[in-house]
Amino acid sequence: MMGIKWNELLITGDPLILGSQIAILLTMIGIVGGITYLKKWRWLWSEWLTTVDHKRIGIMYIIAAVLMFFRGGIDGLMMKAQTARPEMEFLNAQHYNEVFTTHGVIMILFMAMPLLIGIMNVIIPLQIGARDVAFPQLNALSFWLFFSGAMLFNISFVIGGSPDAGWTSYFPLAGKEFSPSIANNYYAIALQIAGIGTLISGINFVVTILKMRTKGMTLMKMPMFTWTSFIASVIIVAAFPILTVALALMTTDRLYGTHFFTVSGGGMDMLWANLFWLWGHPEVYILILPAFGIYSEIFATFSRKSLFGYKSMIFSIVAIAILSMVVWVHHFYTMGSGPAVNSIFSITTMAIAVPTGIKIFNWLFTMRKGRIKMTTPMLWALAFIPCFIIGGVTGVMLGMGAADFQYHNTLFLVAHFHYTIIPGVVFAVFAALYYWWPKMFGFMLNEKIGKWHFWLFVIGFNVTFMPMFFLGLDGAVRRSYTYSVESGFAPLFLLSAIGSAVLALGFAAFCYNIYWSARYADRNISSDPWDARTLEWSTASPVQFYNFAKQPEVTTLDPFWHMKKKNEGLTLKDSEIEEIHMPSNSGLPIFMGAVFSVAGFFLVFEWHIAAVVAAVGIIAGLIIRSFDYDEGYHVKKDEIKKIESTWRNVEGEVHNDVS
Amino acid sequence: MSANVDTTLPLEYQTEQNRLNILGFWIFLGAEIILFATLFGVYGVLYERYAGGPTHKDIFVIKDVMIQTLLLLTSSFTMGLAIFEMRLHNLKRLITWLIITLVLGAGFLFMEINEFIHYVHEGATMQTSAFLSSLFVLLGTHGAHVTLGIGWAIMVIIQLAKRGLTPVTARKTFIIGLYWHFLDVVWIFIFTFVYLKGLVG
Repeated sequence: MMGIKWNELLITGDPLILGSQIAILLTMIGIVGGITYLKKWRWLWSEWLTTVDHKRIGIMYIIAAVLMFFRGGIDGLMMKAQTARPEMEFLNAQHYNEVFTTHGVIMILFMAMPLLIGIMNVIIPLQIGARDVAFPQLNALSFWLFFSGAMLFNISFVIGGSPDAGWTSYFPLAGKEFSPSIANNYYAIALQIAGIGTLISGINFVVTILKMRTKGMTLMKMPMFTWTSFIASVIIVAAFPILTVALALMTTDRLYGTHFFTVSGGGMDMLWANLFWLWGHPEVYILILPAFGIYSEIFATFSRKSLFGYKSMIFSIVAIAILSMVVWVHHFYTMGSGPAVNSIFSITTMAIAVPTGIKIFNWLFTMRKGRIKMTTPMLWALAFIPCFIIGGVTGVMLGMGAADFQYHNTLFLVAHFHYTIIPGVVFAVFAALYYWWPKMFGFMLNEKIGKWHFWLFVIGFNVTFMPMFFLGLDGAVRRSYTYSVESGFAPLFLLSAIGSAVLALGFAAFCYNIYWSARYADRNISSDPWDARTLEWSTASPVQFYNFAKQPEVTTLDPFWHMKKKNEGLTLKDSEIEEIHMPSNSGLPIFMGAVFSVAGFFLVFEWHIAAVVAAVGIIAGLIIRSFDYDEGYHVKKDEIKKIESTWRNVEGEVHNDVS
Repeated sequence: MSANVDTTLPLEYQTEQNRLNILGFWIFLGAEIILFATLFGVYGVLYERYAGGPTHKDIFVIKDVMIQTLLLLTSSFTMGLAIFEMRLHNLKRLITWLIITLVLGAGFLFMEINEFIHYVHEGATMQTSAFLSSLFVLLGTHGAHVTLGIGWAIMVIIQLAKRGLTPVTARKTFIIGLYWHFLDVVWIFIFTFVYLKGLVG
């Protein structure tokens, strides 16, 4: 069909990839067989795959993202193994190119983003006292589009070949002229599909936070995590359309011979770099801002104090959001835009350190004179501060246009952004999972294994990436698959590889913790086990599907803390219970995800007619949705009473253990 | 999720879900503005990179562009009339004006497709030069939006005919109205910065 070479469809001839193909096949057979054997298909379909419940969608995001963490982590370990010794022959240059490309894309777009969006999904409606997001079915569509994009990207290495032009996919390398195989089509199309999902999420959260806050919760009484997620959502709406355009132009360049980024025909390769980072730099703040919000919640809860400098926190995140749009050129000072332009972008870049510094001081002052509890979430938050400052300070070094010519494209840069993203985002996500796990699942993660996880991960992280600063300063370039003995890089590379093994052990401890806690952890816990401050802790654990039997009324910041102190609003009288309107499940979002995958797959292989035929499915889905007049259903009072009585005391009071 | 009906407001704003949807659509339009702004930015960077191929003056036919502009601007006006009739709860006139809007929109599309065919006959394809790549993609994205809008509006008209004016159908009509005016605004920018600037500059 249409000139495709069927024998080149499956990647053959590499034992590592053959092993992966067999493993993927066996896993798929195992999953399908297991679900069939346990007769869980109906349950899976009606409870999860068609759900529009923000908490379940959030959990699906988190599960998918943890799997992607595993995949991206394996890529990282493969790179570390390859560079552990000079002149290693574990991966060849081409394979190494593919692995660092997929590592970057997966970790940023299919691990960090969905983990944060998953946590936002679970927590934001609860923190603002709402029963769901503004558009529940659209929320499910966001998830399935992300999942569709992630799967499409992930199959590349076994079917058709992995993208190999780096996660930034700079032209002209990523163009048809220098990357003629279909591999880089995966990049353009899978990211496009996932990106549409993210954009929809952004719109959904903006509307949810603006319009669905419970009575009394003014903007300046919103929890900090909701604030930072709100600003991150605004950045998503402002930045993701740029990625949409950039990827679309990349697609037309590669598939239809246009000349946006080509060397010939008047195209401009650096136009891609500009568009990519016009999205890409705001993107890193989309990641870091919700993470800052997580830390703010955790510092306040475990210092048992209100967040210090609430208003200055908000001004800082707004300032960061604005500055994030005007720094993109610092990713390519070496483009040659001249000293004047580089100076302007140096200044805007360094200016970001000011609001970020304010936030750091606010967290420190939150802890000052607080009664600090050294729980696992708090440990992650504490480790974040020094590690992130190292990332931040090296960022200011890189931000100086003149000095950057020295650091550019070396491992110094790689160490820098891992020192920002890992403490900034990954530590935050771990902290958030430990912190909110009881809210999601009704049991806590084990604190002792959690501490193993923490220490192994943090030590492993520092041992992995600290040597890379020095390697970079010594001139070791990034993305190079090997180095000579004479370079003298060997000891530090080996140290870094050892660190990555410790890091991996930390992640293993996390996985073991989930397994152990799911099996053995105490189910009979308080709905507010941390003695926390915000509204999500005022309802049951795990949260009942309608979130709140009666939507809480808010008069202050940290509303639940004050409700507990004043002993107000904790009880629920039978007379206060009213019928609750809830949206119905829908199979349409998963159908749309599937159609997008199929159409995307055909487009990757440039089977245009097949792609058009599959795209008819997308139009059909939109039409079905247009004619869908399902109005949801009402939860009856008796059912609410029954559910509420399972977790409240006889008098209808919330279980809690305020000390 | 609650119904929270307020009958003092126009029909499309009466339920809470409708208010959410309309705000959500405004924010979506914000994202669309960024999308078109990026395309205009790309065009602004590449618009003089002819690579030895045809220039603006070689291919633009101002008369046809004027006809397109008049068709689309008029369709925006008739869309306004449609929403006006909706506020008066006049279903029949609402549907009539919507159909007139779509006919004008289809006329615009017909002219645009002819324009593209004319360009290709002149040897100006999107593979010819960076200028033409950016021109075709900018115009094509706008044209694709108009096409999608026509299909979408037909769905809304069918629902209006079947269900009459309810808060839900009123909201859907109002939102497609917003979308249609947005496409008109984008066209004004295209007309100014692509066609007029191309012929004058």
